[in-house]
Amino acid sequence: MTVPGPRASDEERAAQSERLRKVWENPRGWRYWTSVNNTQVGLWYASTAFIFLLFAGALALIMRAQLAWPDSDLVSADFYNQLFTLHGTVMMFLFAVPIFEAVAIFLLPPMIGARELPFPRLGAFGFWSFFLGGIFVCGSIFFDAAPSSGWFMYPPLATDEKLSGIGADIWLLGLSFIEVASIAAAVELIVGIMKCRAPGMRINLMPLFAWYLLIVAGMILFAFPPLIAGDILFEMQRMFDWPFFDPARGGDPLLWQHLFWIFGHPEVYIIFLPAIALLAMIVPTFSRRPIVGYSWIVLAAVGTGFLSFGLWVHHMFATGLPQISLAFFSAASEAVAIPTAVQIFVFIATMLAGRVILSTPMLFGAGGIAIFVIGGLTGVMVAIAPFDWQAHDTYFVVAHLHYVLIGGMLFPVAAGIYYYYPLIDAKRLSDTLGRIAFWLMFVGFNVTFFPMHLTGLLGMPRRVFTYPADLGWNFLNLVSSVGAYVFAFGVLIVVWDVLRPKHREPRAEQNPWNAGTLEWISEPEENWGVRSVPFVSSRYPLWEQPTLAREISEGRWYLPDAKEGRREGLVTSVLDARPEQVLRVGGTSKVTIVSAFSLGAVFIALTFKWWIAGAIAAFTCFCAILYWLWTGTAEIPEKPEKDVGVGLALPLYASGPSSVGWWAMFITMVGDSTAFASLIFGYFFYWTIHEDFTASSAGPGMMWPLVSAALFVFAWLATLAARHFNALERTAFVRAALIMALALTAVASAAGIAGPWLHAMNPTAHVYPAIVWVLVCWTVVHAAVGAAMIAYCLARSLAGRLTKTHDMDLRNVALYWHFLAITALITFFVIGLFPEAL
Amino acid sequence: MRLLPREIETFWTLFTGPAIWAGHFLICYASAAIFCAKPALLGMEFNSLRLGIAFVTVVALVAIALSAFLAWRQWGFGAHDPPHDDPTRHDRLLFQGFATLLLAGLSFVAVLMTALPVIFVSECLR
Repeated sequence: MTVPGPRASDEERAAQSERLRKVWENPRGWRYWTSVNNTQVGLWYASTAFIFLLFAGALALIMRAQLAWPDSDLVSADFYNQLFTLHGTVMMFLFAVPIFEAVAIFLLPPMIGARELPFPRLGAFGFWSFFLGGIFVCGSIFFDAAPSSGWFMYPPLATDEKLSGIGADIWLLGLSFIEVASIAAAVELIVGIMKCRAPGMRINLMPLFAWYLLIVAGMILFAFPPLIAGDILFEMQRMFDWPFFDPARGGDPLLWQHLFWIFGHPEVYIIFLPAIALLAMIVPTFSRRPIVGYSWIVLAAVGTGFLSFGLWVHHMFATGLPQISLAFFSAASEAVAIPTAVQIFVFIATMLAGRVILSTPMLFGAGGIAIFVIGGLTGVMVAIAPFDWQAHDTYFVVAHLHYVLIGGMLFPVAAGIYYYYPLIDAKRLSDTLGRIAFWLMFVGFNVTFFPMHLTGLLGMPRRVFTYPADLGWNFLNLVSSVGAYVFAFGVLIVVWDVLRPKHREPRAEQNPWNAGTLEWISEPEENWGVRSVPFVSSRYPLWEQPTLAREISEGRWYLPDAKEGRREGLVTSVLDARPEQVLRVGGTSKVTIVSAFSLGAVFIALTFKWWIAGAIAAFTCFCAILYWLWTGTAEIPEKPEKDVGVGLALPLYASGPSSVGWWAMFITMVGDSTAFASLIFGYFFYWTIHEDFTASSAGPGMMWPLVSAALFVFAWLATLAARHFNALERTAFVRAALIMALALTAVASAAGIAGPWLHAMNPTAHVYPAIVWVLVCWTVVHAAVGAAMIAYCLARSLAGRLTKTHDMDLRNVALYWHFLAITALITFFVIGLFPEAL
Repeated sequence: MRLLPREIETFWTLFTGPAIWAGHFLICYASAAIFCAKPALLGMEFNSLRLGIAFVTVVALVAIALSAFLAWRQWGFGAHDPPHDDPTRHDRLLFQGFATLLLAGLSFVAVLMTALPVIFVSECLR
């Protein structure tokens, strides 16, 4: 059993606190915005997401005002199209997903007893990307240029530049940029949960919130990349007329639907699971007992995570796919009800087994679950294809999705606000206002959305800007509109409760709800997260380790000091959280903002086809990231080891699979490979829909693709050779191998392009040359990144910062190259050999 | 030679059942989609597709059952009751075994549900 260290003298402890405070403190003045601390970034993230929520809610209110009466002309048809498109887009991409990232960044470190997440600058970069992309997308409506083709942007409407205008480009590029932020958050969270838990926090002791977030972050890696691949195809069609979705030239709009919904359905669970995760923290606290069925929650989270990927076609039941295919997806859509029900039964069981305190957070939680269950039941109805054919594209679906999302997400988030607010500024929200808000929201919600089931069954299609008076929809629509305003009033009360001045109120207790998990020891006044990193030996440490909170605040556990003036945290092992390394994380920096804004400028310039500005922005972004990497990563410490307290000394440097950087590379590349797999799916999709896939046009031939594949394998081997020689300390050989790898990459890329180029494949003529070119471009762009990485390692070696023991850069680059080699082999074998096999 | 693989201690065994479900689902979806789009490709009849899917389903179910057995073994054949919340390696292993076993159960049911349509649907039906 690990025991805490002795109590230091009062002066010593005060000096330690002072040093820690100084290391973790925020910059003042305008520089405050360069902070990368998880508490600040989490708060900014959440506040921005809430502002977007209110904005999208206001759009919804305009829509309900328009629909309150038949034949209304409050807004024009085109403006109405912009309203519903932006409402859906903002709610999904700028509120529902980011709010989970925000809550995770804010709560996860204290919950797992860590000071920070492993890549704080990456978190800040993600926030600024989201901030800029969000403003860009939302702002478009003030210029009458918002996207107007619906939040899932179906071609051929959305690919038609005349009908969709610049709005579709804003949607595609603005959101691609935000998807980058989501993937950054996923990397940060997976590595944080797997490698940065407090010592002793084995996976059977992890807070359930962390389990859910781990699954959700994993889902993001497999769900967002298909959409990015779809965005690439979509934008290539809009910008350069490559006919991916144009049936006249062999394309097919259905491919977009597949790629969109492979993202879109898991997205629903990416939104739902973190909200349920909040309830998994709240329910035990107010039931005054540990959760009943911890393992069952893990079953539910993992099971939902996997099954949610087998549902996408249920959004496409009406597209004429073979019914045998529909049946598979129908079956999976029914099956996902099992794990979803399990988690709800676990909550009910916990409440039955404990003594429930019906507090405001519990009220929101219980109300949310009631609403969600109704949405789940209508979900089982629409999962049955014949019923769906009747309800498809009607208000029944609108009712269903709002019951699921608002019940499964917005209400639990409101519960989370009331529950966690004391962690933000040490005050409590008003119980009275909370209860009034809850009942207004609960009643208002049901009055709005329940009648929509009926309007839908009466045949009212979604997305119509008005309707004639004689169809029997008038009364139901009026009721919905009234309900919407009641609901909005409830939301405003929550907003008021959060914003109202509270400086006259007394400081709330440290742990006002008497909860059992670690986040409740973090003090809102301090920026260091935890005073010392504890050793955890139970699921509810504050309940089961009664002296722990005091020991932590007395600095008797790990890393109670910051003698070297660096922000430090612990890296621990995946299964048993054995301490492995001291991780020095990046501090306050402007480079995150510069990188995010220059990347944003690239996307904005592309939207308006300002090529030169785009190139300048891309170059700026490249330089900023290079500076960031060179100055802020793979730093060589001044000593190999450091005493972390409690009689333990840990290394300050790690490379390979035991380092967090290696994990981040691995996880990023898994996501990247998913996008690549989606493009390959596109290739074979076109093969299935055509009698003659190549449309009798020339292919890239066999020779050049195979030559390119072979050269890429040699380049990969040269990179591995560099890693091998580095381990033997043969510096000259390392550099020679790196130069060799660079040269081979250049030749391999040229050979890859030679195939389609020399056979004069014209990507605008037909979809076959277009998809071949896209695959080749994908590989060549990745090769360029791979070459930049090799050049970077060469520069590190010349600067004397790549040695046998300090080889993190080279090992991460080798890992990248494993993925690149696989990408190149698949690309060139597919485009070179598959047409020959036909 | 031992009949069963030795117990391995890693995080990833947790996902065995769902991963088998995902593989099975992909095979069902892709084979049916290709068959219905290009019926002439292999010169097969729909019944051959059904038999093929039935075969894959049996393989998947056997694999899940095997992984369930391994998980049951890791769980100490049910000799210990949950919640497995002691701060010991032993309890962590039991937790992993139990959670893996539960997921194997869910995956078994989900594979069965995915395969059910081939009993009832007898042609591509567009």
